[in-house]
Amino acid sequence: MKLTINGEERAFAQPVTTVARLLEQLGVPAARTAVELNGSVIEQHRFGESELQDGDRMEIVSFVGGG
Amino acid sequence: MKDLVIAGRKFTSRLFVGTGKYPSPDILRRSLEASGTELVTVALRRVSLTEPDPTLAAIDFDTYLVMPNTSGARDAEEALRLARLARAASGLDWIKLEVTPDPVYLLPDPAETLKAAEVLVKEGFTVLPYIHADPTLARRLEDIGCAAIMPLGSPIGSARGIKTEEFLRIIIEQASVPVVVDAGIGMPSHAAQAIELGADAVLVNTAIAVASDPVLMAEAFRLAVQAAEKAMLAGPIEQQTQAAASSPLTGFLE
Repeated sequence: MKLTINGEERAFAQPVTTVARLLEQLGVPAARTAVELNGSVIEQHRFGESELQDGDRMEIVSFVGGG
Repeated sequence: MKDLVIAGRKFTSRLFVGTGKYPSPDILRRSLEASGTELVTVALRRVSLTEPDPTLAAIDFDTYLVMPNTSGARDAEEALRLARLARAASGLDWIKLEVTPDPVYLLPDPAETLKAAEVLVKEGFTVLPYIHADPTLARRLEDIGCAAIMPLGSPIGSARGIKTEEFLRIIIEQASVPVVVDAGIGMPSHAAQAIELGADAVLVNTAIAVASDPVLMAEAFRLAVQAAEKAMLAGPIEQQTQAAASSPLTGFLE
């Protein structure tokens, strides 16, 4: 399964079923993280039910220091 | 001086602090404490899957109101995308709207800022737009429902101080929402000057973060803002063109 995450294509040996599973696998805490899946913002409470398909494009963002 | 209330939330500190460019998360945490601030800003960026940013861990989301900005947005569309993602990440509606297509002076684009603000207000955001010190734009943004106005003193991170004084005066005179002077504040005296002009608050980042001792500088800013606030409460005297003797003009020796 291939996903484009933050502009980089990544291959997964096993299919990653949901956004929540993907974050877990990447070691990214879900708290204070936002996900855009194929251009649509996914609310945090829907990470568990948002299914992923081969070829999906995602942005995973969080907060950094800023003014 | 009126209490500082933005979108129904009262702030006792008139110093807002940005969280960028600190030498370490620990110094950031201690600087925020020393500043006495109640509102801090953050930016939104792609998560690094190899090197997570440690800054976030230094910010106590229960202690501070954490307001994301839309930094990096070059037009309204990019700002909207960042604002919506920021809300999804923070669970809060507060957004510092900044649209800065110019990479040299980072001056805000007024047309794109207004366009984005209109949409964000309709979507229920508490919008604090970063703008040039333009009284007409400030009014337009207030009219469409922005919660506060954030005019610049001078370009972001330039430390040049309050160069827009005459226009800030007009904005402050006309505004019925809080005015937060943002950008260009390099020294505590600049922050005090803004408050003495009648601004409701100031936002400071680089001047604290990049100082040799950020914690000490944060304290200096806290004291300066408090001093100016007390002065405004105390009732400043009017300026005069001629001297007015402080000592009695009677009883001179002959």
